[in-house]
Amino acid sequence: MIEFATDEWAEAFMGVINESEAYAQAAKTWEGDFYFIVEAGENIPQPIYLYVDLWHGKCREAFATTDPSVKDPVFRMSGSLENWRRVIEKKLDPIQGLLTRRFKLKGDMVKVMRAVKAAQELVNCTTLVSTEFPE
Amino acid sequence: MWYFNSPEIVFGEGALAHLEEIEGRRALIVSDENLAALGFVRTVQEHLAKAGMESGVFSQVEPDPSLETVVRGAQAMADYEPDWIVGLGGGSCMDAAKAMWVLYERPDIRPEAINPVEILGLRQKARLITVPTTAGTGAEVTWAIVLSDTQEERKLALGSRENMADIAIVEPGLSKGMPPRLTADTGLDALTHALEGYASTWANDFSDGLCLKATELIFRYLPRAYRDGSDEEAREKMANAATLAGLGFGNSMAGLAHSMGHALGGVFHTPHGRAVGLFLPYTIEYAARENPGRYAQIARYLSLPAQTETEGAGSLVRAIRELLERLEQPMSLREVGIEREALQERMDKLIENAENEATTVVHPRIPTTEELETLFLYAYGGKEIDF
Repeated sequence: MIEFATDEWAEAFMGVINESEAYAQAAKTWEGDFYFIVEAGENIPQPIYLYVDLWHGKCREAFATTDPSVKDPVFRMSGSLENWRRVIEKKLDPIQGLLTRRFKLKGDMVKVMRAVKAAQELVNCTTLVSTEFPE
Repeated sequence: MWYFNSPEIVFGEGALAHLEEIEGRRALIVSDENLAALGFVRTVQEHLAKAGMESGVFSQVEPDPSLETVVRGAQAMADYEPDWIVGLGGGSCMDAAKAMWVLYERPDIRPEAINPVEILGLRQKARLITVPTTAGTGAEVTWAIVLSDTQEERKLALGSRENMADIAIVEPGLSKGMPPRLTADTGLDALTHALEGYASTWANDFSDGLCLKATELIFRYLPRAYRDGSDEEAREKMANAATLAGLGFGNSMAGLAHSMGHALGGVFHTPHGRAVGLFLPYTIEYAARENPGRYAQIARYLSLPAQTETEGAGSLVRAIRELLERLEQPMSLREVGIEREALQERMDKLIENAENEATTVVHPRIPTTEELETLFLYAYGGKEIDF
């Protein structure tokens, strides 16, 4: 089991993405990096920024940081640890999470709204990382 | 958590007279040239005049309205400065009105960027009334906006909860003059909303009853409205059913028939209701091979044979196909008039479009790329789903 929102988790996530044929196919034209942000809360003393650089169906770089100035990604999606956990455990549809504003997304909405399949496959990749969450 | 969104709904014979109760200064009616020529726009203007309101008209909405049309309409709004907008027509006019309204309020936004995630802050300049003249789209009570990106040959599913109409006026008399083909096409759109809204993985206690009641009404009254357009009871029940179905799927989601229908419409310009109605039995058959439960519930509600879930789903598919036959609808893409070579040539685009519709990922069974291609091919040949 790998603790969520750590460098080790980011590396494992990158590995799963790069092994996924389904993601590679769905995101073959995608260009854009993300900060997936775990908001501060219980067990999370300060926000954690998971940087994931997605490029043409592959992940070029992934790591965790508490310093948001390290990168300037084109997309930023933030939510509480509880909601990230619910997505990874497939208990919360991320699109519903966005529609109910349990997640906030900043970036080029036109681009992201046209990449439903890639987003779905990316979420599928998270479920393949054997994840443990801070209790 | 989830939301249930609805405008105030005024319905039944004479509902259009509610326009005389509206308080405001100036309204812009968004419609099309046919409805203007038929006098519908004039009728709405007369009601508004009784409310002491001035009115103007933008009647250049085409079927499957383009992003460019929306920009032009928003400019017309900016010039006229209405405090009410009236979307009058089928889904194209009402969706165009919603999008133009967003741009009128927020000129900094591009139409293709209207999304449900960001706060728009509407209703600073105007409010929206929707008046359907068909019985199918449900756009009068949904916040969804479907626009065509003509350059990319793709229909864009846009919208924000904020762009839901304030008032929907469902006047059954407005659909009396619809020709049989349009009655069938739009009615099948409503049926697809009802069935997909019930089967969607986002279905909920608030949407379920609406979808079931709409389904019952459509099976009973659509053939009557198709056969005899002057059947007032059938017209009224279909008008109500379309709005109920809109409320149902608008608060859950549509499914794969919509994804494939939008994809087809974006490339081959098949009328929306005809396309989704055609794909409906195929996509139910496909989903029911893994998840027949929700379809069986619908079958039981309709008193169709459903001793088992599989039998129930099969009964529902048969009932849909029988309805399509009674409405003299095409049962396959070949019957729609699409050449096999053309289909094969545009297959990658069709798949890409369908895969990237949000309605695909809420279908009870999500197809792989290969399965989606096979679904298109089976729908071309009219072949029963066996995978």
